[in-house]
Formats: sequence, structure tokens, C-alpha cells
Amino acid sequence: MAVSKVTVAAPAGSGVFTRPNWDAGWLSWLTTVDHKRLGLLYIFTSFLFMSAASIEAFLIRLQLAVPNNTVLNPDAYNQMFTMHGVTMVFLAIMPLGIGFANYFVPLQIGARDLAFPRLNAFGYWIYAVGGLFVYSSFFLGGAPDAGWFAYSPLTSLSNNPGNGTDFYMIGLFVGGIGTLVTAMNLIVTIISMRAPGMTMMRVPVFTWMMLVTAFMIIFAFPPLTIALFQVIMDRTFGTLFYVPQAGAMPILWQHLFWIFGHPEVYIIVLPAFGVISEVIPTFSRKPLFGYPVIILSGIFIGFMGFAVWSHHMFTTGLGPVVNTAFALTSFVIGIPTGIKIFNWVGTIWGGKVVFTTSMLYAISFLITFTIGGITGIMLAVPPFDAQAQDSYFVVAHFHYVMGGGALMAFFAGVYYWFPKMSGKMMDERIGKLGFWFLVPGLHLIFFPQHIAGLMGMPRRTQTYVAGIGLELPNLLSTAGTFVMMIGLILLAVNLVHGLLRGKPAGNDPWDGRTLEWATTSPPPHHDFDRQPVVNDRDAHWVQKYPESVHGHRVPESASEPYDANGIHMPGQSWYPFIMGIAFLPFSYGLLYHNFWVLGLSILIFFVGTFGWAFEGVGGHHLPAGGHAHPKGARS
Amino acid sequence: MESGHYRSTKLPDIKLMMWIFLASDTMFFGTLIGTYLVYKGRSLVGPYPVEVLDIPLTTVSTFVLLMSSFLMVLALHALRQDDTFRFRLWTFGVAFFGSIFLGFQVYEFAHFVDLGLTLQGNLFGTTFFVLTGTHGVHVTIGVIWLLSILVHSFVKPWTSKDEVYLEVAGLYWHFVDVVWIVIFTVVYLVEFA
Ligand SMILES: [Cu+2]
Repeated sequence: MAVSKVTVAAPAGSGVFTRPNWDAGWLSWLTTVDHKRLGLLYIFTSFLFMSAASIEAFLIRLQLAVPNNTVLNPDAYNQMFTMHGVTMVFLAIMPLGIGFANYFVPLQIGARDLAFPRLNAFGYWIYAVGGLFVYSSFFLGGAPDAGWFAYSPLTSLSNNPGNGTDFYMIGLFVGGIGTLVTAMNLIVTIISMRAPGMTMMRVPVFTWMMLVTAFMIIFAFPPLTIALFQVIMDRTFGTLFYVPQAGAMPILWQHLFWIFGHPEVYIIVLPAFGVISEVIPTFSRKPLFGYPVIILSGIFIGFMGFAVWSHHMFTTGLGPVVNTAFALTSFVIGIPTGIKIFNWVGTIWGGKVVFTTSMLYAISFLITFTIGGITGIMLAVPPFDAQAQDSYFVVAHFHYVMGGGALMAFFAGVYYWFPKMSGKMMDERIGKLGFWFLVPGLHLIFFPQHIAGLMGMPRRTQTYVAGIGLELPNLLSTAGTFVMMIGLILLAVNLVHGLLRGKPAGNDPWDGRTLEWATTSPPPHHDFDRQPVVNDRDAHWVQKYPESVHGHRVPESASEPYDANGIHMPGQSWYPFIMGIAFLPFSYGLLYHNFWVLGLSILIFFVGTFGWAFEGVGGHHLPAGGHAHPKGARS
Repeated sequence: MESGHYRSTKLPDIKLMMWIFLASDTMFFGTLIGTYLVYKGRSLVGPYPVEVLDIPLTTVSTFVLLMSSFLMVLALHALRQDDTFRFRLWTFGVAFFGSIFLGFQVYEFAHFVDLGLTLQGNLFGTTFFVLTGTHGVHVTIGVIWLLSILVHSFVKPWTSKDEVYLEVAGLYWHFVDVVWIVIFTVVYLVEFA
């Protein structure tokens, strides 16, 4: 951990590099430490990876459209489903949540930035580097092909001699470091940088869910990181962690992977719950029903998420006692999720519902996620799981949860927050048209897979024979991809259209409830002109409509000037970018056993850590009251 | 970080950050120790733990590391008193004792390799070297960190105002020390119990 040791802001130019101070131009994006810009970078990058994953999924479905198809050979097929899973989980959905968190957590709690702005930039660059590294495998001898959970001993050198597995192990190892530091940064930010008056029980639900998520990350990623490290050691230095001939137990990988893997489900889904908890009250024009219950059940999920991992391993022979215990914990974790569903329905109930595109996605989330939850409870029953294990029923289940659940919630978030991030509105007609392709398309893809799975169609298998009843569900599934693809294209068109032609959004187009709607759209570089002061939950709403909350009440002050030092704007820095990029020589050096290149990267880390520390936070102060915008200081 | 902006807790950001990092690091070591325990007694060929582990030797190095934690407390106390000389002396002492511990570890590793215990030889070698090696890397980072503080204190004198930066390094150091106590118990002592 490089913890900055220098107390005072070092003057510009005290380090090796001149401290950049650009407001515009593409170089300013490389050196930015601004949470809003980094949030946009996360969201943009995750969309790029999501496009790649969509193409992979599309190829998989083309291959499975008819029996005995030959679009993809078995080897290419293995790479496609592996990369689709890896990309969606690690490079698309999770970073999308982190991107929203970067942009909106500081705004929702009235903070100026994250606690460690440079560390935040560092986290983004490692994520980008890790993702690019994994994707470079396509050009360097073949992508990973052992499934997204890369079970041992499929990943041993003797069983999988190509480089693909090394790309998986090293890429996720590196990317995981980025996720870890960003999670730590978010925790410090949410605990320490809430605006005056914002007690924990006034924190917006999205931010609350990100806090729980960040805690889950710091406890769930280490087991994965160590497991990846062990396989890297096995493949690079010949250790014996997963070599059965030496007495090792490959099942250890499954335990370590799922001790991470099940919490990962909630690391993806809790931010989605957070988005839903912002969207539904706003468009129902009612406060969230049962705020404390939503928060507490989120925390409960955070704990229980670590106590259910073996439900992924019911068929590995752990015995009836273990299976029963994990079945019970898995039933229990369904309860807080169910409670949340009732909270959201209760919020809509009796509200003046506004059916914006965002709200449509939120409602589709409620329905689709509930179906995914029900099949999840079915799979938590060990005898049923023994039948459905490794079949398309499981594929259908987790796509209802991840795709129909988390992703739809994030699309609701895209439509909800786009006006704030860009200052422009997305088109509601294109949006609704896209919705009516995207969501029915999604169900058309995945609903028939339940049936195919119950009929015995195994997952991760390149083809199937004709005449056993699998033709129709598979054809419907593939047809669904075309429908959903139209919806995705319309979403992309709408984003571009919004950026180029969108109508001005104004500060608060949805009549929002939380603090991000109190500043301009897009927010100025320094976020808020004055320090927000919070008097109640739904801080912005109670300022606008004090009488609707507590009867007739004189509105209390919504803000105060920043103290005499003014608004501190941390300086831009080259170090996060350089230290992030240094993971490229690290990764390739490790992969190709070139220890000179590896050594070079370690030298860069070593020197960079000192440069980073002695450079300090730096920056400048805007005058208190903060009306002076530095030139071009929009983000 | 130090912008004078409003903070909702009294805790300095970097101190909170260090606590959170250590919570996460606990899971890193927990996984490594867990792996060691899962594979304990599963090596198919020697050398086995009882044949190579040298309790008296490692007891000495453990004692040295424990004493370094004691010096860490003294160093922080001296800095709080603005006693620059003792602050520098004890900080150097911590780094020096840490280096002695690392010297013991290098000797131990070399000795074990001579006895035939290697990373690739058996499961005990694999799990032992990766676990204790990871701990050694932590100690090394701590030594470099403390020496950097020492050198920096000659460039720009440290006062009690800088206390939190030493305290954070100290938290890290004590943590690494505690982890060693667990490793010493689980890997060394239990073997002869
Ligand atoms: Cu699970």
C-alpha cells in the first residue's frame, strides 16, 4: 500500500513529472483524478467490453441455433463462452456499478471527491489494463477456454498447455487489485466524507448499497486473488497447489473460487438494488417504503453472502450434512431479497407512477429478478440441483439474475442519470421502443433455456443432436438474440443521439430526491458551489417540498459556504496512469517468463510509489463560496 | 485528503484506509494459512515438517520480530513527545530488527533447500514457502517504508504533527507481527505439539 506520507501539498513540479493542469484535450483524461471523469471512463469502458461480450454471446447462439451446427468449432466455442462470462462478470457489469459509484457516491453524500483521488484513477487504469490484457489473448494464441470459473484441474499446465489460462489468471489477478483499492477508497469516502447532517440513516440507498458492496469486495476478492496466484505459481514456477499426483486437492480451487464467487453475485446485484431504490421512489413520487428495512436487509445479505458458497458445489460429494447446511443458508438469504421486492412494490403502490423508460426498466427488473430468484431457490434444493446441475436451467437462472436483474437495473440507471452526467435528455420514444425489444428479447432468449435445461441439455457443450426435443427451445433462444440486439442497438443510438441532439436537461429533470440533483447538469468540476447541509433523508426533496414531509415547516439551510480554505481541488497526476500501465510489462513478463520485463515493471512500481508519495495530493483551492469557475472546468 | 473539507468522523482518512486494508489483508493471509492447513500432512514425499523445522532458531527470530513491535511503540511515543533523536533511533531499531528477522528467514530458506525442501518438491514445500514468503515480502515492504520515513525525517524534520503517518506505518508493522505469531503457531509449534 502506498500511503502518501507527505502532509503538505507539494508545489507543482516537485516530482519527476511536471504536474499537469489541463482542463481539456485527451491528455487531460489520462491524468485526471476527478471522480466524475473516472466514473465516465468506467462506464464507457464497461460498455466497450459489454459490446465484445454481446458479440461472443451472439456467436454462441448462432452456433446453437440448429443441431450439429458448425459456426464455431469446439475449441472456439470454449473460448467464446469463457470470454463471454469473464467479460460480463469482471469487465462489464461489475465495473458499470463501480462507474456509477464513482460518479454518484460523492455527489449523493455531498463530498468533493473520493477520499483518495489518485488511488481512484489508479484503480481505473488497472481495470482497463487487466481487461485489455485478457482480450489480447485472442491475438496471442487463443483466449481462455476453461469456463469463467476455470475449475482446477482444467487449468493445469498438462491439461491446458496454451497461454489462454495464463491470460485469465494474470488478467484477473491484476484487475482484482484495481477493484480492491477502489472498494477501500469507497469505504473511506462513505464513512468519512458525508456532508454535515448526513447521518448513516440519511445516506441515499445507492450509496448505502455501495458501502455494503465495497465491504464485500475487500473480503471476497482476497480468496480469489490468492487462488489465482496459486495457479499462476503452479503454471509459472512449478508449485503443486493443484497437482493431484502430489496429493493436492483440486476441489480447493472450487471452494476458494466460490467463497469469492457467491459474494460476487451480490457485489454485482447490490449496486443494482441501489439504483432501483433511487429510480422507483423518484418515478413513484413517494419516499422509499421501509428505508431502514432496505438498508438492514442489504447488510444482512452482505454477511450471509459469505455463508452460502457451497450451493455451487452440491454435486461434488461434500455429503448430506454440508449440503443441508448450505441449502438452509441459501434459503435464508432469499428472505432479505424478498423483503426488498416487497419494499419496492410497496413504494410503487399508491404512488403517482411516471412511466419513463428508466421506470420501465426498473419494473422489468422487479419481475425478471423475481423469476431468477425463484429458480435460485429451486436450485438451492440439493436433490433438484443434482438434476439441474450443469444444465441450461442453471444458465437460464443466472441470466435472469445477472442480465434480467442487474443489467436491467443498470440500464434504468443509465436512463435515470444520463441527464445529470451529460446535461442532456435521452429520447423517450427511442428509449421505450428499445425497451420493448430489449426486455421481451431477453425473455425470449432465456425462458426457453429453462425447458431445454430440464430436458437435459448440458451447458458448455458445443452442439446437440437432433430429435430429442431441443430444436425448438434453442431456435427460440437464438431468435431472441436478434430481438434483444435491436434493443441494444437502439440503446446505443439513443446514447449517441442524446449526446449530440438531446434537449437540455436542467438541474433536476426528474424532480429527484437526492443531492446529485441539487447541482448543475453536468456538475461543475468542483461539484457543489457551497457545502451541502443535510436535514433529513431525501435531502434534496425536503428542501424542495418541506411541507410534504413534516407538515408545514420552514425550510432549513440547504448549504453553507465552504470554510476559509475554499474548495480544495486535488492536482492531476501522471502516476496513477504510469503505475497502472506498468501492469502491462508485469503481466506479459510473467506470462512469457521474461523476468527482465517483469523486473522492469517492479522497478517502475518501486520508483513510482516514491514519486507518488512525494508528489502529494497537490492541487489548488477555489475561493470559499466557490462561484469562480476556473476556465473550462466542466467535466 | 488534507483539504480541510468537512469530515463526518474524527478518524484521519489514511488511518481508516489502513484499517480497511488490514481487514482485507487478513483475508489474504487467511486464505494462505487455510491452504496450508488443508494440505497439512498430505505431502507424498519428504522432507516433512518435523524433519526440517528448527524451533529454537525460529523462536529467536520470532522474539526479534516481537521486540521490533515494542520499539515501534517507543518510536511513536518519542515522535509524540517531539523527541527527534529517540524517534529516529527507535525507527531505525524497528527497521534493523525487521532486517534481522529477514536475515533469519533467508538463512532458513537456504538451509531448507539444502535439506531438499523446495517449492516444487512436495506440498509442504509449496505451501510453506508461499505462505512464509508472502509474509517475508510484507516485512520487506515494512522495512523499506520505515527506512524511507527515517531518511525523510532528515530531509524534512518530523514533528508530532506528522504522528499519524508513523502511526499508520506502525499499524501495518504490528499487523505483520501478529500474522507471524499465527504462522509460527500454526506452522511450527503445532507440528511438535
Ligand atoms: Cu451462489
